[in-house]
Amino acid sequence: MSRGERTLRYVLLVVVLLITVGPFLWQLSTSLKGAGEDIYTSTPNLLPQQPTVHNYSRVADAIPVFRYIGNSLLVAALTVGGNLVFSTLAGFAIARLRFRGRGAVLALFLATLVLPGEVTIISQFVTIRDLGLADSLVGVALPSMIAALNVLLLYNAFRALPVDIDQAAVVDGANVWQRLTRVSLPAVRGTLAVVAIFSFIAAWDDFLWPLIVLTSPEKFTLTVGLQYLSGTFTQDQRVVAAGTMIAFLPIAVLFSLLQRYFFKGVEEGGVKG
Amino acid sequence: MRSHRWFTPWMLVAPALIWLLGFSVWPSINTLRLSFTDAKPLGGGADFVGLRNYTDLLHDSQVRDALLNSVVYLAICLPLLTALPLLIAVLVEKPIKGIAFFRTAFYTPVIASAVVVGLLWTWLLDDRGFINNVAQRLHVIQGPLPFLTDRWLVIISAVSLTVWKGLGYYMIVYLAALGNVGKDLHEAAMMDGAGPVRRFWSVTVPAVRGTIFLVAILVCVAALRVFSELYILTGGKGGPGGQDSSLVMLIQQYARGFYGDLGYASALSVLLFVVTLIPMLILARLNARGNR
Repeated sequence: MSRGERTLRYVLLVVVLLITVGPFLWQLSTSLKGAGEDIYTSTPNLLPQQPTVHNYSRVADAIPVFRYIGNSLLVAALTVGGNLVFSTLAGFAIARLRFRGRGAVLALFLATLVLPGEVTIISQFVTIRDLGLADSLVGVALPSMIAALNVLLLYNAFRALPVDIDQAAVVDGANVWQRLTRVSLPAVRGTLAVVAIFSFIAAWDDFLWPLIVLTSPEKFTLTVGLQYLSGTFTQDQRVVAAGTMIAFLPIAVLFSLLQRYFFKGVEEGGVKG
Repeated sequence: MRSHRWFTPWMLVAPALIWLLGFSVWPSINTLRLSFTDAKPLGGGADFVGLRNYTDLLHDSQVRDALLNSVVYLAICLPLLTALPLLIAVLVEKPIKGIAFFRTAFYTPVIASAVVVGLLWTWLLDDRGFINNVAQRLHVIQGPLPFLTDRWLVIISAVSLTVWKGLGYYMIVYLAALGNVGKDLHEAAMMDGAGPVRRFWSVTVPAVRGTIFLVAILVCVAALRVFSELYILTGGKGGPGGQDSSLVMLIQQYARGFYGDLGYASALSVLLFVVTLIPMLILARLNARGNR
């Protein structure tokens, strides 16, 4: 690569960086600005003149933010756990075991991918209501505890393993459970990481479904609570900014810690269309 | 080679299969059934009303507005979100120093909740917000532009938010495809004296053509499903007179809002399904023709 091309590349990279990350920095900066500081000035200042973390405690005054974080964590834990366990079992069975009806099961999982989730959201709500789970956190988590996409991701990962290792294990007298836990599972750790990261992000970020299921304010997840923070409870942009940072920073940190696995998973073809 | 009993695979598949039937297959059938009833959110009702919900749909000006919004939304999102992420993917493809940092940073908007992103952009686009302040400071505009309260500016605002949030996601899709493009093709083109622009058009684009179609389909379906962006930007109100609502916003309002009519919401869902099928069929057809 020539020197000129390299320079041009970095200039363009920095431009895209400013566009994608800049707004988050602006929001972070707003959340740290003191009450005496004019945040509506016509010469926007990225560095707070009177830096303070007071806005973050004011979020807790306006909404029960720790309760909402707990609610979101519970939903996310159920979703991640459900997807890891049940998608692994199903993906393994379809990929590594021969049984009658296997093709039909696979086709069924594939077919449901075409359906946008919003189309069935009303009757999902009816199902949750009829199960007596309306306005409950279990009701929020239940429909997403297994995603067809994750079953297919794990099916792909298990299928990519050589057949010989299974045959060797069978010769050694391993049963199905041992073949899964000792032989196959360690080989698909990358895909499991991708499934875990994405289930967590999807559960933590979701807005429409908890908005439909939940009605009692004390059961809100963080995203639904945040939406109430703006407008209903405060007109102060600093507090709203602090609230969004509370929802955003944990997931940004989590992702930056795990991004190596994520991009590796993409290279392995895990997320390829 | 069969070393297990016949029911073992079924026991492993059962939980996922039951979930699939209960939360995907059955709801699809039940949506259709409910769309012919007057079901209520708290239960009860659910009497057969024939085609009434559907004939009401035809005369509903909110539905017409929502469909118009979708068309405009799609028309702007489609070219931008199909082309820009490909350019960014080409930019981050080469493993130069620090590229992992840039890839991760470009992906940040994707992992952020739509609510976080919506509130953040509300602050940027506010009458007294960053964008209006800077534009006035630079004398590009005289007074603030009503990004959050004007019928069509709201749509433009939501589009820019969607494009901004989608860049990183489609960048990754393209990145996976670019990994499969042969280096020798690029080298051969370079030998023939083709510059970077020429190589992009005659080597890269044809090689990832299939992925471009895939991204186009994903962008169309995503644009028709838009909800959170418009909801948050308009404070849940759907803009002036509710004219900036999307189909999914209407579904949510009928499900849980004061309208409280699950039958009508189900008919809206069926409409949403039909509408998302159209771009899929068109693009599948185009793709099939291109392959011939």
